[in-house]
Amino acid sequence: MLKRPIRRGFHLIETWLDRLCGAAWNPLSNLGALGFYFYWIVATSGLYLYVFFDTGVTEAYQSVESLTVDQWYLGGVMRSVHRYASDAMVLIMVLHMTREFANDRLRGPRWFSWFIGVPILWLVIISGVTGYWLVWDKLAQFVAIQTSELLDVLPIFGAPIARNFLSPGHLDDRFFTLMAFLHIAVPLILLLLLWVHLNRVTRARVNPPRGLAVTVLLVILAISLVKPAVSQGPADLAQVIEWVGLDWFYLGFYPLIDSWPGPAVWAFGGVITGLLLLMPWLPPLRQASPARIDLDNCNGCTWCVSDCPYGAISMVPRTDGKPFTQQAEVDPDRCLRCGICVASCPTTTPFRRISPLVPGIDLPQLTAADLRERMIEAAAVNPTVGNTIAGNAPRLLEFVCEQGPRANGAAPPAATQVVVPCIGMVPPSFIDMALGRLAIDGVVLSGCTTKGCVYRLGSELTEQRLARERDPYLRKRVPRDRVLLVELNAGDVKSAAEQVQRFRDRLSDREPERTDLDA
Amino acid sequence: MPDIRKMIGLAVVLVALFWPVGYFADTPAWRHDEVGAAQIKISFAHGGAHKTACRRRSAAELRALPANMRKLDDCPRERVALAFVFELDGKPIHRASLPPTGLSGDGPSHFYGVFPVPAERHEILLKLRDSRREDGYDHVQRFTVDIAPGRNLAIDFRPNAGGFILY
Ligand code: HEM
Ligand code: SF4
Ligand code: SF4
Repeated sequence: MLKRPIRRGFHLIETWLDRLCGAAWNPLSNLGALGFYFYWIVATSGLYLYVFFDTGVTEAYQSVESLTVDQWYLGGVMRSVHRYASDAMVLIMVLHMTREFANDRLRGPRWFSWFIGVPILWLVIISGVTGYWLVWDKLAQFVAIQTSELLDVLPIFGAPIARNFLSPGHLDDRFFTLMAFLHIAVPLILLLLLWVHLNRVTRARVNPPRGLAVTVLLVILAISLVKPAVSQGPADLAQVIEWVGLDWFYLGFYPLIDSWPGPAVWAFGGVITGLLLLMPWLPPLRQASPARIDLDNCNGCTWCVSDCPYGAISMVPRTDGKPFTQQAEVDPDRCLRCGICVASCPTTTPFRRISPLVPGIDLPQLTAADLRERMIEAAAVNPTVGNTIAGNAPRLLEFVCEQGPRANGAAPPAATQVVVPCIGMVPPSFIDMALGRLAIDGVVLSGCTTKGCVYRLGSELTEQRLARERDPYLRKRVPRDRVLLVELNAGDVKSAAEQVQRFRDRLSDREPERTDLDA
Repeated sequence: MPDIRKMIGLAVVLVALFWPVGYFADTPAWRHDEVGAAQIKISFAHGGAHKTACRRRSAAELRALPANMRKLDDCPRERVALAFVFELDGKPIHRASLPPTGLSGDGPSHFYGVFPVPAERHEILLKLRDSRREDGYDHVQRFTVDIAPGRNLAIDFRPNAGGFILY
C-alpha cells in the first residue's frame, strides 16, 4: 500500500537527521510537540497584534498597516512571526499526520487521536482563513468573496452572505467584529480539541526539547526579518480582483473554489473529509487478544497503570476477597498489545522454580512464560565465528523489538535473538537471569529511539529501568556495562549492527569474570 | 553543554524546512480575474407581492375564531416569485424566476449574479416583476455606463430609493 514507501522515506530521512542534529532534536521525531509549540507562538504574537487591531471597515487595514510600518521593529516582527509560525504549524501538522499514517498509528485503539485530528485540521484552516480576512487588503477581499460565495451554495443561510461584499457601501463594521470574534473563538475550540486529541495518550510529549525550541524560534525570527509579512493594498470592492499572492498553506484550495462550481467543491471536501475519518478502519486492524489480568497474581501495586502508554489499565475495587484494596483492569478497546505492562509487573520474575510463571498481567500471544522459554533456548546457542564454534567468543543474547532497526528489513531472527513486540516488554529480572544463571556475557536490548518508539514509551521506560530510576529496576548486582540498549531509528539498520558489533568487541576484550550472580 | 555541531546541524535542517514557509506564504500569486477585465455584479433581496389579496372575513367566520385571533382581514402570507431579466447591449444575458424564501414562502426573494464584461460603454436593461400580474414588468430601468478596466459595477434593487441602483 501507500504506507510502506512513505514509512521507508521517513526512516531514511529520520536516520539522516538523527546523525546530523541528534535524535533528541530531530524535528521529525518531535512533530506533535512542535505543533503545540507553534500554537503557543501564534497565540502569543496574536495577542499582541490584537491589542492594536481595529475592527472598523476602514480602520482594520489602517491599524494593521500602522503596525507593520510605524512599528516594524516590534509590531511588524510580531505580525511576521504570527504569519510564519501559523504557516509552519500547517506544515508540521501535515507532516505529523503523514508520519502517523505511515507508521500505521491510526488503526485499532489508536483511531481516536486520528479521528479527532480531522476536525483539528479544519479548525486550523478556518483559523487561518478568518485571520487573512481581518487584514482587509486585496487578499482579504478575494478570500471574503470566495468564501461567502461558497457558503451561499449551502441552503442554510437566508440572504446571500456575499451580498455583504457587493460594493463598498454594503460593507458593515459588524462583519469585522464577527470575524475578529471567530478568529479568537475558533483557535480556542482548537485548543480544546487538541486536549481531547491527547486524551488517550498518557504522558504525551507536548513540549519540544529546549535546544529545538530555541532554534525553531530563531529561524522563524530570521525569516520574519528577511521577509516581513505585508498587506497587499487596501481592499476596494468597486474593483475586480486581478492578481493576489496566496498563502498556500491556508488558502491553497482557493484556486479550486475559484474554478470549480460550488457544489463540486463541497462534494470534494466532503469526500476527502469522509475518507480521512474512515481511514482508521481501512482496513480494520486485526489484533491478538489484549493484555489479561491474573487476579491470583495481582497485588494491586499500580505499576502497570503508570507505565501503560495508552491509559488502557485502571485500578478498580478488589473483587476476589484478597487483602488488597484494588486490582488492575484492562480496557480491551484501548490496549495495543505492546506488553510494556508485563515488564512493569513485579510478579513477572523468571526465577520462580516451583509455581509456573504467571504474572499479574500477561500478553496471551507472547506470555512471560513463553518469553522465558525463548530466552533459555536462545541462551543455549553457542556463539559461532564463521561456521566454527568459537570457544572464547562472548555469548550474546539479544532482545529485538519487532518494530526496530534490528528487525527492520533484516533476515529472520538469529538463534540468539528473542523477538518482542516492544523492547519495553523485557523485564529487568530477565536480564538478571540471562547474565547470571544463563551465563550470558552480554544482553542487547534493541529498541527504537525514545521519540520513535511505536508504543511511545517502550524505550524511555527501559532506559529508566536500566538506570534504576523506575520500578521494576535492574538489580544492583547486574553489571550495567554488560547490557547494551540500542536506541536507533527503525531505518538505521547499519548503525544498529555497528553498535552490536562494538559491544561484542568490547566484551571479547575483557577478562572472563563470570560469577554466578544468581547464587 | 550543548553540542555546537549538532546545533548547527539543526539550524541548517530547520532553515531548509522552514524557508519554503516564507516563500509559499504569498507566492506564487493567483490570478482571479483577467487583468483589465471588468464585471457587473447584481444582487438584491426583495419581497414580491402576496400571492393572494386579503379577504374580509364574514361575521360568522370571525365568531368561529378565538378572541385573540379575530382579525378582520385574512391575509395569506405567501409571496409571488419575482421575474427578473438582465439585458446587456440589447442581448438577454440572464432571465430568472426567483421564488420567495422561508418555509411558508413568505420571505424575500434573493438574487446574486456575477457577469464578466469587456471594459467599455454598455447599455444595461433591467426588468423586474414583483406584483401578481401575469406578464409585463413593474420595474424597467435602462442605464448607459462607461465601465473602466478593473471595475466591479455593483447593482442592487432598493424600491424605496427608486428601484435598481448602480454602485
Ligand atoms: C496542530 C495540530 C496537531 C497537534 C499540535 C498534534 C499533537 C499531537 C501530539 C503532541 C501527539 C502525541 C505524541 C506523543 O507524545 O506520542 C499526537 C498524537 C497523534 N496525532 Fe496529532 N496533533 C495535531 C494534529 C493531528 C492531525 C491533523 C492528525 C490526523 C488527522 C493527528 C493524528 C495523530 C495521531 C493518530 C496520534 C496518535 C499517536 C499514537 O497513538 O501513538 N494529529 N498529536
Ligand atoms: S499491552 Fe500495552 S497497551 Fe495493553 S495494557 Fe499493557 S501496556 Fe497498556
Ligand atoms: S503491575 Fe501487576 S501486580 Fe501491579 S497492579 Fe498491575 S497487574 Fe497488578
